[in-house]
Amino acid sequence: MGYSAFQILKDALSGYKGLKPAWRDAEPKDGGYDIVIIGGGGHGLATAYYLAKKHNITNVAVLEKGWIGSGNVGRNTTIIRSNYLLKGNEPFYELSMQLWENLEQELNYNAMVSQRGIMNLIHTDAQRDAFIRRANSMLFAGAGAEYLNADDVKDRYPFLDMKNARFPIKGALAQPRGGTVRHDAVAWGYARAASDLGVDIIQNCEVTGFSIENDKCVGVKTTKGDIKANRVGSCVAGSSSRVMANAGIKLPIESHVLQAFVTEGLKPVLGNVITFGAGHFYCSQSNKGGLVFGGDIDAYNTYAQRGNLPVVEDVCSGGMAIMPMIGRVRVLRTWGGIMDMSMDGSPFIDKTPIKELFFNGGWCYGGFKATPASGYCYAHLLATDNHHEVANAYRLDRFKYGAMIDEKGVGAQPNLH
Amino acid sequence: MIINHPLLGPRDSEEFVYLGSAELINRPDWQNETAPEDFHNYQYIRENIAGENRELWYHEQGDQSWLVVTRNTLTHEISKVELATEVAKKMGRTK
Amino acid sequence: MSQENRIKGGLIDREKSFNFTFNGEVLQGYDGDTLASALLANNKHLVGRSFKYHRPRGILTAGSQEPNAIMEIGTGAYKDPNTRATITRLYDGLEANSQNHRGPLKFDFMAINDFLSTFLTAGFYYKTFMWPKSFWERFYEPVIRNSAGLGRISMLEDPDTYDKGFRYCDILIIGAGATGISAALVAAESGAKVILADEDFLMGGRLNTEHNEIDNIKGNEWAKQMIAKLATMKNVTLMSDTTVFGIYDHGIYGAIENRYLEARNNNKPRQVNWRIYAKRAILCTGATERPIAFANNDRPGIMLSGAVRTYVNRFAVAPGKRVSIYTNNDEGWRTAKDLTDKGVNVVAIVDSRDIEPVLPIDAEIFVGTDVVNTKSRMAISAIKLSNGKTIQTDNLAVSGGWNPNLHLTCHHGGSPIWNQYLATFVPGNSKTPAGLFVAGRANGTMDICDAIIEGHKTGLNVSKELGFKDVNLKPASTDSKPYNITARWSVDSGKDRAWVDFQNDVTVKDIILANKEGFNSVEHVKRYTTLGMATDQGKTSSVLGVGIIAENLSKSIDDTGTTVFRPPYSPVAIGAFAGRRRGKEFSPTRFTPTHSWADEQNAIFVEVGMWYRSQWFPKKGETFWRDSVDREVIQTRKSVGICDVTTLGKIDLKGEDVSEFLNKIYVNAFAKLPVGKTRYGLMLREDGMAMDDGTTARLSENHFVMTTTTANAVNVYRHMQFCHQCLWPDLDVHMISVTEQYAQYAVAGPNSRKLLQKVVDPEFNISNEAFPFMGAGEITVCNGIPARLFRISFSGELAYEVAVQTRYGDSFMRALMQAGEEFDVIPYGTEALGVMRIEKGHAAGPELNGQTSAYDLGMGGLVSGKKDFIGYTLGLREDLQKSDRMQMVGFKPVDKNALLNKDHSLAGAHLISLDGSPTTEDDEGWISSSVYSPTLGHYIGLGFIKNGLKRKGEIVKAVDLARDSEVEVKICSPHFFDPEGKRLYV
Repeated sequence: MGYSAFQILKDALSGYKGLKPAWRDAEPKDGGYDIVIIGGGGHGLATAYYLAKKHNITNVAVLEKGWIGSGNVGRNTTIIRSNYLLKGNEPFYELSMQLWENLEQELNYNAMVSQRGIMNLIHTDAQRDAFIRRANSMLFAGAGAEYLNADDVKDRYPFLDMKNARFPIKGALAQPRGGTVRHDAVAWGYARAASDLGVDIIQNCEVTGFSIENDKCVGVKTTKGDIKANRVGSCVAGSSSRVMANAGIKLPIESHVLQAFVTEGLKPVLGNVITFGAGHFYCSQSNKGGLVFGGDIDAYNTYAQRGNLPVVEDVCSGGMAIMPMIGRVRVLRTWGGIMDMSMDGSPFIDKTPIKELFFNGGWCYGGFKATPASGYCYAHLLATDNHHEVANAYRLDRFKYGAMIDEKGVGAQPNLH
Repeated sequence: MIINHPLLGPRDSEEFVYLGSAELINRPDWQNETAPEDFHNYQYIRENIAGENRELWYHEQGDQSWLVVTRNTLTHEISKVELATEVAKKMGRTK
Repeated sequence: MSQENRIKGGLIDREKSFNFTFNGEVLQGYDGDTLASALLANNKHLVGRSFKYHRPRGILTAGSQEPNAIMEIGTGAYKDPNTRATITRLYDGLEANSQNHRGPLKFDFMAINDFLSTFLTAGFYYKTFMWPKSFWERFYEPVIRNSAGLGRISMLEDPDTYDKGFRYCDILIIGAGATGISAALVAAESGAKVILADEDFLMGGRLNTEHNEIDNIKGNEWAKQMIAKLATMKNVTLMSDTTVFGIYDHGIYGAIENRYLEARNNNKPRQVNWRIYAKRAILCTGATERPIAFANNDRPGIMLSGAVRTYVNRFAVAPGKRVSIYTNNDEGWRTAKDLTDKGVNVVAIVDSRDIEPVLPIDAEIFVGTDVVNTKSRMAISAIKLSNGKTIQTDNLAVSGGWNPNLHLTCHHGGSPIWNQYLATFVPGNSKTPAGLFVAGRANGTMDICDAIIEGHKTGLNVSKELGFKDVNLKPASTDSKPYNITARWSVDSGKDRAWVDFQNDVTVKDIILANKEGFNSVEHVKRYTTLGMATDQGKTSSVLGVGIIAENLSKSIDDTGTTVFRPPYSPVAIGAFAGRRRGKEFSPTRFTPTHSWADEQNAIFVEVGMWYRSQWFPKKGETFWRDSVDREVIQTRKSVGICDVTTLGKIDLKGEDVSEFLNKIYVNAFAKLPVGKTRYGLMLREDGMAMDDGTTARLSENHFVMTTTTANAVNVYRHMQFCHQCLWPDLDVHMISVTEQYAQYAVAGPNSRKLLQKVVDPEFNISNEAFPFMGAGEITVCNGIPARLFRISFSGELAYEVAVQTRYGDSFMRALMQAGEEFDVIPYGTEALGVMRIEKGHAAGPELNGQTSAYDLGMGGLVSGKKDFIGYTLGLREDLQKSDRMQMVGFKPVDKNALLNKDHSLAGAHLISLDGSPTTEDDEGWISSSVYSPTLGHYIGLGFIKNGLKRKGEIVKAVDLARDSEVEVKICSPHFFDPEGKRLYV
């Protein structure tokens, strides 16, 4: 059933009698699948959708241990951007941005992709040089970028602390195409579209192991029994190490918690996304009116989806440092998501040493914005055996050769990325 | 979190800087034939344990000692705190 | 008529009358009132509008769970949006305004949404607004954003201050009701250090709102006396108006104390963010009442029945003149009794259970009956019953049962469990925060008599467990008040809507539609309908929603489960979390020893990490920064200049094995560094990338001093401690950071030696022969002041760095400047320092960016192959050794006038070949540092380009699309000035 204003009108007048589930709640097929995707998050559902849509592979199941979208796609700060520095990353995130831009029409689902712009504040000359370098990387890749000087910033955002700041604002790097997306709706939109194309979405189905014969993966063991598969793709960022350990694979990944925050609803305050470069704070305002913000990870390994007070206070002081008018705005809710922090801050979309077992993970805290391209490129790899050109650098063994993709330049210390 | 420092008693974790797995004490021998592989695993591959994890914390706002903290990554419960120097010596590290 | 609904009694001070305004109208209330009780006293029932449909909203509750009565309080920069009137203590001059309506509160233009509600059901926006594509950002979204949101902020800097505080105790008791007080009495008596915290400004909990006899006196009197007793005990701290909002690891509790009354107009903190370290805690937070979902159950005048008791008993306010009750449990009957006791007319009691009357009440009584609808948009005027009767009423008190306030038990991932007898969730057993106990209604112990005993026992057991003395104290006595309930979630509302979440306008129909569309998990329902996502975080709606989902899907409530409770328990101001860390206090500030002196010279300062450093020293007549910087460079190269380099990291190392240790952490050899010499050293990370560079001098056989870059001072020291303590613990090495103990100045330029000779004490020979390039030694200056002298140069000139103890830093700078007068010495800042280092091709921060190896930096020659050092093995990986990696070289514009008329340098430009185009594929490198060189008369740059070392002489394009510039540049050696280094040795 297509969604449209007319359909809503029709449904409403019929008392919503004809409403159908957005996606089919499937049970595992006895005959198994061509491809099984582990993880019903944004990336997993997007992968299934593109497998069906672009590669006509529809005998696909997505296995989700809880409810779809219960992982990081449902607990992030909803930001999209393609403002990366390095060649290994920028074209990938730019592809993602292009896919976001057409997502609603592609899926017939309004995920509220909203390109109201993102702005990274500049506080020192050295930071300006680094951001100009980044701006040029973006412009070279066709992603668009805009350098604003301090006066431009002040004109556009008069509420920023330009006079009493500990780290004065000297300018900003903006990406007008950046913005936010209604995060949950991304999972639902991909699920609905994939389901319509024949993909089985199986909730409450936790993968507990792999069926491996002669170094070849032939299926998965789950809480709903064994499921046969010609090919299996793991897509469980946050739980990557735990899931892949079942196949005896150790990863260049640590799990860390990133906290996020939302305030009580306010009438419009902030149109775009602002990132405070000298502190640890980024913020946008949701369509519902809450300020959605975040900062650094808590810095210690954890699988608990919760953080501690030092980071809460650190993030809020970052906010007060640049936007001192939010002091009386109240934090309504704080939560934590578990990040696959990789050793160079960049992700993996690759084969593994076990035949027919593929891996997608290591998204650090950049996974949400990557959702469409991650699904697109993972589907490409799963369907064709070839790495998509924009995701070609995301190899699991890149550290053996020294081919790190280290945007921040902090080395093999995941909690610094 | 509160880390019970073996010399200084309970301290707020805000005084510390976290590094990572205590396996980082086990720096390989550069002259081993397998040194490239050993160093790759040492530097990049993580057990990433869901459960009791031995990890390195540095008391930067305190006595500048490195500690090995045994902490559960599911519950954050800390069951043991040791001076890293002593752990390192027990693991055979010398000069 | 003023306070027409005020009745006798109550815990308010009628001697203290306050004026306040609501939407501009001046009203009166008393000290002890909340804003909500004062509004009700003045018969103001309509207080706001709902989020989506802009339905008229009245006061629903009397506590922090209030979804409806949220308003903007205060004006100007002091305006607090979304503030709950039900917990705002009234003060004289309070100004309150309702929010989220266009036009007057009574005639909200946006209420049109209510008439369109058929089309605006849950999730409608996911299905539309997609056409045409470009209309989303341009049209639909702005409309949605402008109509969404609740209160407005002033957009002005928050003028109030917030403090942080730390408290320590043995037992933290959260909630000072009957249970909490009972626990506190026994815990305090045992000798334990006790903190008793309560979110209300008046301790006592529901003892202040109910009729109870405790130990033969009125409940609120008993509470008052016990609180007074606790207040006299030295081991007890009472914290009223303090909300414990979250439980963090290892017994750390976050709490916000409100002090807005004290803070008003006297610059004291408005709130204090307490971090409470408690060995144990007892949660005695009571329970919250929930509504029942029936048609039009959201009208002003419909309140929760417990709130009605609060207003009648505590605040002496009659909620109406003809009150009716709708309940599924015994408490509704108590509301009726309290009302009639106070002379308020109760017209009907409607109980959904088919039972005998619980209490004798003089009113029409309907059992086994439901309220099926209500009348009148702006204020309820009548209710319609399932038996067809209509009853005229101006206030309906609803009780759907009580939900324990167990939120904090779930902050570590635990889930509550369903109790069918209580028809609600009670605390679960797994993943409960360690050290947390629960007692009283928060634990599902609903009868006050049992709750007091449970509080007492828990207090006793916890004290004993902590080793405090056994206490022979009896729990207070009171009559049992049984709590009987039969779950009633919703009543068929036919074509009308029945509200579940009053603020977000989530109705039973929305939940059913969400279920139809496959959103069956309680989390899916929440996210699809926004149930429980309002400012009250579902305190009145969540459990009701779960009941409705379970009923609709014919699932057990156990299987349906709840959504996750997260901190904070009640919303916390961002300012309170930030505390004093804002404005200039956002981060600590570090001043160098010459700061005051430099300030006297009118230096321009710049933030470098936490430091403030002198950026340049403008002289009279210099209007543009480059005037000053160029002069500083030229004068230094011509005669002598002085720069404060105190911010460099300085590490003192002593011990027999220091040289061996240095050998392990630097790429180059240090084992044979002679005494009296200093050496440049490059440090890598273990992954082979450059980490930092600096110099290390050997002052005596076992004493070394190292400098690091300013930016990496802390990291390098931490890294060295790691290397020593964790990797090579038996090395005899002792180190300490002395960054703050020494003031250090670079004295650079052809006349630097002559200048220094005037301040160095004569017994030290610093002639070129006696103290050659890279010499180092301990000397004295200015008649016996100990100092360290290093003949090292960042500027490329004959130069020294001289260090004295910090306390001499200021006077030593003055002495140097005085001694240099005859050479026209000038101070130079970080800009000139940067210019000279780029002229000399020294890598600094932009080149040591963590993405570059020793080889990339052109320092492959330094790397020793004969020893193990940090970064050796991984630095040999094949991709790091590839010849087409980007390597550091210099760049000169082909046209020497390039960029002279622009306000920026080449830095950040990307490099492409002359026939290349600005695309990712053709991108060959980038410029990392670039300045105008006054020495050479044109811009120069350092940067990285593929295979750069072999491309010297080639011309490429430096393209800066961000600033719309393209400059042809020639690849050259990074050593632009004095490439042979002759000036160093003179």
